Amino acid sequence: MSVPILWYLLLAGALFAIGAFGALTRRSGIAVFLSIELMLNAANLTLVAYSRLLGDRTGQMLVFFALAVAAAEAAVGLALFIGIYRLRRTIDVGRMNLMRW
Amino acid sequence: MSLLPYLWLVPALPFLGAAVNGLLVRNRHKGLATAIGVGAPGLSLFVALACLWEFLHRPGHAPFELLLYPWTAGDLAVDFAFLLDPLSAVMLFVVTFVGFWIHVYSAGYMAREPGYRRYFAYLNLFMGAMLLLVLGNNYVVMFIGWEGVGLCSYLLIGFHFDQDVPPKAGRKAFIVNRIGDFAFLIGLFALFASFGTLDYDKLNMAILANLELARAPFCLGLSLAGFVALCLFVGAMGKSAQIPLYVWLPDAMAGPTPVSALIHAATMVTAGVYMVARTNLVYQLAPGVLLFVAVIGALTAIFAASIGLAQNDIKKVLAYSTVSQLGYMFLAAGVGAYIAAIFHLATHAFFKALLFLGSGSVIHGMGGEQDMRKMGGLKSHMPATYRTFLIGTIAIAGIPPLAGFFSKDEILASTFAGGHFVLWAVGLLTAGLTACYMFRVVYLTFHGKFRGTRDQEHHLHESPKSMTVPLIILAVGAVAAGWIGIPAGMWELAGTEDRNLFHHFLSPVIATIPGEGGTGHALSHTAEISLILASIGIALAGILIARRAWGGGRGVAADESIAKAAPAFYRLLENKYYVDELYDRLFVRPLARLARFCWKVIDTVIIDGGLHVVAFLTELTGDLGRFTTTGNVRQYALYFFAGALALFWWMIF
Repeated sequence: MSVPILWYLLLAGALFAIGAFGALTRRSGIAVFLSIELMLNAANLTLVAYSRLLGDRTGQMLVFFALAVAAAEAAVGLALFIGIYRLRRTIDVGRMNLMRW
Repeated sequence: MSLLPYLWLVPALPFLGAAVNGLLVRNRHKGLATAIGVGAPGLSLFVALACLWEFLHRPGHAPFELLLYPWTAGDLAVDFAFLLDPLSAVMLFVVTFVGFWIHVYSAGYMAREPGYRRYFAYLNLFMGAMLLLVLGNNYVVMFIGWEGVGLCSYLLIGFHFDQDVPPKAGRKAFIVNRIGDFAFLIGLFALFASFGTLDYDKLNMAILANLELARAPFCLGLSLAGFVALCLFVGAMGKSAQIPLYVWLPDAMAGPTPVSALIHAATMVTAGVYMVARTNLVYQLAPGVLLFVAVIGALTAIFAASIGLAQNDIKKVLAYSTVSQLGYMFLAAGVGAYIAAIFHLATHAFFKALLFLGSGSVIHGMGGEQDMRKMGGLKSHMPATYRTFLIGTIAIAGIPPLAGFFSKDEILASTFAGGHFVLWAVGLLTAGLTACYMFRVVYLTFHGKFRGTRDQEHHLHESPKSMTVPLIILAVGAVAAGWIGIPAGMWELAGTEDRNLFHHFLSPVIATIPGEGGTGHALSHTAEISLILASIGIALAGILIARRAWGGGRGVAADESIAKAAPAFYRLLENKYYVDELYDRLFVRPLARLARFCWKVIDTVIIDGGLHVVAFLTELTGDLGRFTTTGNVRQYALYFFAGALALFWWMIF
């Protein structure tokens, strides 16, 4: 007896909501970044769950790609934050508001 | 060796002179400017005379065509080609001969002008364009020359561009001419659309081959020939200063006097007459329009002559006289006497150029004064000018055996022979008026006592040789030019055969329509002689009236007593029948108002205003939109999520 698909989806939905909330509310750039990763992984989870339900490996394969891309993105993102920190002595996203009228 | 293939040099030399003088020579090299400016037309005259000599010896004066550059665009084939036939030969001689002597005169007259080099560049350009006009073998080349002389006329009227009046007069001339040119072009389009060619020769053949088409109703209730003839005549009205488009010519006197002589008396203004004579086949097919031409010509002749009676500016009198004489030419063309029109054109070119140059000599001696009321008694100070001017005056008055008599008489005789007795009477009256106002000029200018200032009197001098020699040459022309066209009646009186050389020379140019009688006048020789006596009589009467009124030292007192005797009429004449004022009210001011409306309302309010509204709306949306661009990343993310949710909502429900 396997875990029903609904549970996976609920978990993924919860992860996504937590991630979205975090991304919108946290000030620290790193925390926003982490929240975005959480949302990404929620999506990965649904992909894996559906892949198993449908007996199709394509979903799992996609997840591997997504993970690889996420890892690269994390590296670039962290490097950017380090750069920003060196420049401005803060990574508070609320104070990074140069791009406005 | 045949010289005729070098005909292209005749217009090319003045063009070259204009280019060199205009672009390369410096203002300080005055001698060089003179050498080129007078030399180019001189060489051109030389080549022209050689070509004419050879042409006269061609068997039957066969037309000579010189194809320089064939040009085709679809159905439109317009060759850049020259044609030397009797008609263009006459024009060629008049333009190059009179033109050259006026160039010589200019070297003396303009000697102290700062724009000396520019003047000669323009004048040469004019010569080139005028020669293009008369030598072209189709209407397109004629039109190029036509527009070219119009441009030069504008440039030379406004030669003193730093003064107030000349540029305005130049603009007026150009704009009035444009009205005529527009009609001219429409006429050419109609010709091409119907007959598929604009070549004189081919066109005449095409028309003769298809007379029904030419006589078929076309538009405005006219036949095709009538429409074309009317359009071309409107073009001639502009260029040759006929009612109602004559108003620019008197104002054109703002230009230097040799320009008035060359362009506004001898050559350019006669282009319309040349064009009508060139198109005589079309005019013969449109008798109604032909009558219209004659009536306009006669009206213009007497109208301008009467204005000439009451003008005090010596050049203005000559200008109105030119308008009047052009009216004569159109009267001749209108009664079908195209040869008489061209004859008068040629003689008029001599004596009117002479008169203008004489007036220029007077103005030169008076230090720029043009008002005849301040002249008088110049006879003793300027003998050469006086004698030549008197010859020109007698010639234009129509006293035999000077040139004006023969040509004017031929016109009057043809009018009478055509049965247009009213027009003939008008022409005869005009002849009397002409003699009268021209002798008024002579009496006011050369006779009596000097009425100017002491300074002017002290300054008075005969003009230099470069000016008097052209006067003498043109005076010889004004005496002798008429002898080539001595009417048949006189030959009969002398008991020899008809030797009206001019008539025989030009008659091949006049087309004959099969099935119709010739246009030659069937006048008995006794009638011809009595007409001659009538025109001599009226000319003598005009001279005697002028002598009684203005002669014997009476001078301006005569004008004053006339003004007192008939004040309303004199004011009417003095103010040129208020035609300028009338046009100002009828056309200039409404047009100015319309232009102002276009500027102030249509452009400023509607077009600019519309654009301003669009710009304002764009700015407004931008202003509203920029409040969303706070720079806060999390706020952007919120928009993004809200948008994604909305998208889901829309997709699911």
